[in-house]
Amino acid sequence: MDFDLSEEQRLLKESVDGLLADAYDFDARKKYMKEKGGWSKALWGKLAEQGLLGLPFAETDGGFGAGAVETMIVMEALGKALVVEPYLATVVVAGGFLRHGGSAEQKAKHIPGIIDGSKTFGFAQLEKNSRYDLFDIVTTAKKKGDGWVIDGEKFVVLNGENANTLVVTARTKGGQRDKTGIGVFLVPADAKGVTKKGYPTQDGLHAADITFTNVEVGADAAIGDPENGLPLIERVADEARTALCAEAVGAMDQSLKDTVEYIKTRKQFGVAIGTFQSLQHRAADMFVALEQARSMSMFATMASDFSDAKERSSAVAAAKVQVGKSLKFVGQQSIQLHGGIGMTMEAKIGHYFKRLTMIENTLGDTDYHLRRVSESGGLLA
Amino acid sequence: MDLAFTKEEIAFREEVREFFKNNVPPETRRKLQEGRHLSKDEMVTWWRILNKKGWGVTHWPKEYGGTGWTTVQHYIFNEELQSYPAPQPLAFGVSMVGPVIYTFGNEKQKKEYLPRIASVDDWWCQGFSEPGSGSDLASLKTTAERKGDKWIINGQKTWTTLAQHADMIFCLCRTDKNAKKQMGISFIVFSMKSKGVTVRPIQTIDGGHEVNEVFFDDVEVPYENLIGEENKGWDYAKFLLGNERTGIARVGVSKERLRRIRALASKVESGGRPVIEDPAFREKLTACEIELKALELTQLRVVADEGKHGKGKPNPASSVLKIKGSEIQQTTTELLMEIIGPFAAPYDEHGDAGSNESMDWTAQIAPSYFNNRKARSTAAPTRSSATSSARPCWGFDFLSLSPHLRGEVTRSRFR
Repeated sequence: MDFDLSEEQRLLKESVDGLLADAYDFDARKKYMKEKGGWSKALWGKLAEQGLLGLPFAETDGGFGAGAVETMIVMEALGKALVVEPYLATVVVAGGFLRHGGSAEQKAKHIPGIIDGSKTFGFAQLEKNSRYDLFDIVTTAKKKGDGWVIDGEKFVVLNGENANTLVVTARTKGGQRDKTGIGVFLVPADAKGVTKKGYPTQDGLHAADITFTNVEVGADAAIGDPENGLPLIERVADEARTALCAEAVGAMDQSLKDTVEYIKTRKQFGVAIGTFQSLQHRAADMFVALEQARSMSMFATMASDFSDAKERSSAVAAAKVQVGKSLKFVGQQSIQLHGGIGMTMEAKIGHYFKRLTMIENTLGDTDYHLRRVSESGGLLA
Repeated sequence: MDLAFTKEEIAFREEVREFFKNNVPPETRRKLQEGRHLSKDEMVTWWRILNKKGWGVTHWPKEYGGTGWTTVQHYIFNEELQSYPAPQPLAFGVSMVGPVIYTFGNEKQKKEYLPRIASVDDWWCQGFSEPGSGSDLASLKTTAERKGDKWIINGQKTWTTLAQHADMIFCLCRTDKNAKKQMGISFIVFSMKSKGVTVRPIQTIDGGHEVNEVFFDDVEVPYENLIGEENKGWDYAKFLLGNERTGIARVGVSKERLRRIRALASKVESGGRPVIEDPAFREKLTACEIELKALELTQLRVVADEGKHGKGKPNPASSVLKIKGSEIQQTTTELLMEIIGPFAAPYDEHGDAGSNESMDWTAQIAPSYFNNRKARSTAAPTRSSATSSARPCWGFDFLSLSPHLRGEVTRSRFR
């Protein structure tokens, strides 16, 4: 039993923290958000240069063969700095599909572009009525010759507007809520029949609603088994949720630090407001919430090695519940303790709150995951 | 980062588990599971079994009977003890006064007291709180006046846990009225059989008798019963409370209770189906399990980290343990109340397992719920823990911020 980082992991943490400390203060972030597409190609290039975009890929695929802990380290750092670049969509999600389900040809075709920073991805999964159920899919992929024809509508696809390639979940068989008959497809974003409506999101990222009309792709577009893709989707979604937990821990950590700094310096009635017991208790409760979330983020990270998929899923869902509860408390209290200034666009603290709020509602909210753990017989079973 | 225990640690867990299975008296275990009070005999019998095995004072230095275990072994032992469940060693002797004596006492005191603590020949109780001195302990008024080779002790202690069984008491007494309040306190030990000691029971809201008032009326105590130096008692008291670390989360206790809750909720029916099939109840139970899982991991982080922050500087996350641990314990008793619903009402006044046989397992549920309200108000209330946890969290030194906070830090007991 050991919660320490290895020497290499410590170095990774130092280097990513260092990079973001130099290149990603709040003003830089504002600048990046104004660039075309809403994020910085130059910064993305720096992430590539440091090898961060290649971390989880096997060495034979040109990556570094790093594991879940390394992703946790990076995501926490990205959370702290409120990074808007599409690491989750590209490296964690698309990278996850390629690593766990991709053929040798698909890996060779797509992974180098991720690692060198030249290509980004989007995950087209959410539908109008699917909410958090990953198997609830109306979009269809119909066989045509060797290839497939995709039809349907996907919503809030993160990085959807900028992505070179979209990872699309689609139904190859059966009804809307069947757990089989689901495939995962790689679709070039500029394919004929793909229409995108992009927009900024509440938390400073960019997303798109995407319509697929008679989009023809080849046989090589399908990742894994096109009729039984749900286990792969669940696995990658669990990795994405785990990464989101780490990002949230990073954001909460910084949010709490900034809040404590604020109440130590902000004076009212001639004293720092941090001398008021009611505020100290609030801050201490935020600390408890943060540490409980950090523990579960680590748990989910370590659970990625669990051989039993059900156990892994329960661990990740439980982490998402704890992180969801904690982020709501820490996010809301950070604003409260900042008072009026916390309500303004110009203060950074509110941006943590907004990002944290959106994390809760990504890939299953607190109630959704609580129900999942509950229905699977609890955590002690 | 790795969650797995080593092969040796797993073997150790098996050894401990096996020992409890073969040696904890079944009646004692059953009573604990049902939240009943144990008799003095039942507790002492078990502690002597434990001590015979060499596990009575596990964390003491080896020369005084300790085991020399690693932090992880201690963790495993406690977790197994709590979740079996078996009675924990009497904290007042083993965790509190014992370490004070072997750290600050003289050779004669070590020889006289330590073996008798380990063998439970002396049952110790704690004379700290007073009617006017709860969280603000340093305001205590009990006095010890020196007269030749004796102390004359006068005053009153309260909330004295299990003083009705005690042979010995360790007591904070004011020995210098003119010094600043923390500076004039001494740590004195004496026999509860001394002339002038009166114990009056306090009945708690669950109907139980755990705590007492203790009165001292010109109690004569040999001067040599002073531990360490005169007027340094506050330091020893801080040391004593600082010794308590990860056990306070009581993860094992809550785990055992949650297992019991699942079992009971599968048995008791409501609306034509077992309570466990009610999604609202099940989600509450699951939420509690998740909180406990998070706490268990926080505790493991603290355990794995022990010593790495330098001696006496625990992982800041350790302050989470008391706050969350007591919250979760209380939630488990609430869940039990929900399961039995209207059958919580019958009051087992004489502790004879109820008038209705089918309800005997429910008799202690409401009392446990009532009794567990204490979890957040004893040994530094949760609010005080919240204050004290704020300090190590971010190097947030309240003392330097504002003079009027000094009072607040004191109120949070010792930190």
